[in-house]
Amino acid sequence: MPDLAFSAGDRVIVRDETPSHHHRTPWYIKARRGRVIEFIGMYLDSETRAHGGSGLPELPMYRVEFDQTELWPDYAESPDDKLWIDLYEHWLEPV
Amino acid sequence: MSEGKDRGGFYDTGWRPSDDLHRDEDGRPHDHPGLQEDVVLGVRASRALAMHELLVEKGVIGSGEVDDAIERWSERVPSNGASLVAKAWTDPEFKARLLEHPKETVVESGFVPEHNADIIVLENTSEVQHMVVCTLCSCYPTALLGPPPDWYKSFSYRSRAVTEPRAVMAEFGLELEDDVEVRVVDSNSELRFLVLPRRPDGTEGWSEERLAALVTRDSMIGVSGALEPGKD
Repeated sequence: MPDLAFSAGDRVIVRDETPSHHHRTPWYIKARRGRVIEFIGMYLDSETRAHGGSGLPELPMYRVEFDQTELWPDYAESPDDKLWIDLYEHWLEPV
Repeated sequence: MSEGKDRGGFYDTGWRPSDDLHRDEDGRPHDHPGLQEDVVLGVRASRALAMHELLVEKGVIGSGEVDDAIERWSERVPSNGASLVAKAWTDPEFKARLLEHPKETVVESGFVPEHNADIIVLENTSEVQHMVVCTLCSCYPTALLGPPPDWYKSFSYRSRAVTEPRAVMAEFGLELEDDVEVRVVDSNSELRFLVLPRRPDGTEGWSEERLAALVTRDSMIGVSGALEPGKD
């Protein structure tokens, strides 16, 4: 088992950064607060693979849940609605 | 520039299997006036043919490689996913395994995930409705659902699925009760998500085959439910 920074239930905030290289953290969750659902495994780093790298070492990835009302202040549907997304550990900070 | 638009979906370049054209043994098409009259190639198809010819000539790909790839694509159809859903509806042990060890179960069932991607199966219930989108591009479980539909790749779906999912579902004919939690799943990583829709009422005792006909592609993306009996 890798040394993990987060576990299920942890409150996290997504880093508010926009690196110039390929990354798969969409803008709408940056600087937003969510909860870790679970650690889902170690995955090759798509941020280096996209630029010809090997993607190694593999990085921890978590499934993170956000309240839709946290993402969209004007969210007009149900306040209980959620968004799930998978994020590498280095995009997350503890709240 | 509409030619080719609605014929084959995402990966369609206008290329068609080689039996559409006469070829030499090395796979290169040759002139055949009688045939060419009813094979009118548009700009994209002509470009694809020219590129194919060059790639074969330079030895980048083998002459049958494109046909093999098309063959593999033709095996990726929504009925693959539907067969898994129908089996899960009728076999609780299979369903438990599909939810707990999705990739292994998919592979055991004879399907090959594209790029060896991990597969996650999300179960819709009376309390939770999962709906899948890829806001960054068009990630999609093609081994189980075939190529994604054009709307899945559209800017409109990719933005509205996250900002007003219930409105999108309503447009697909699904009106959710307010107490059903919506979970939009943004497929941004190396994983692919298959939604296991709810089994419709009134299908007790149905065979897997009959149930599978109720399982639409859209219900496995989560924008709608499975078909109701009598509407299949």
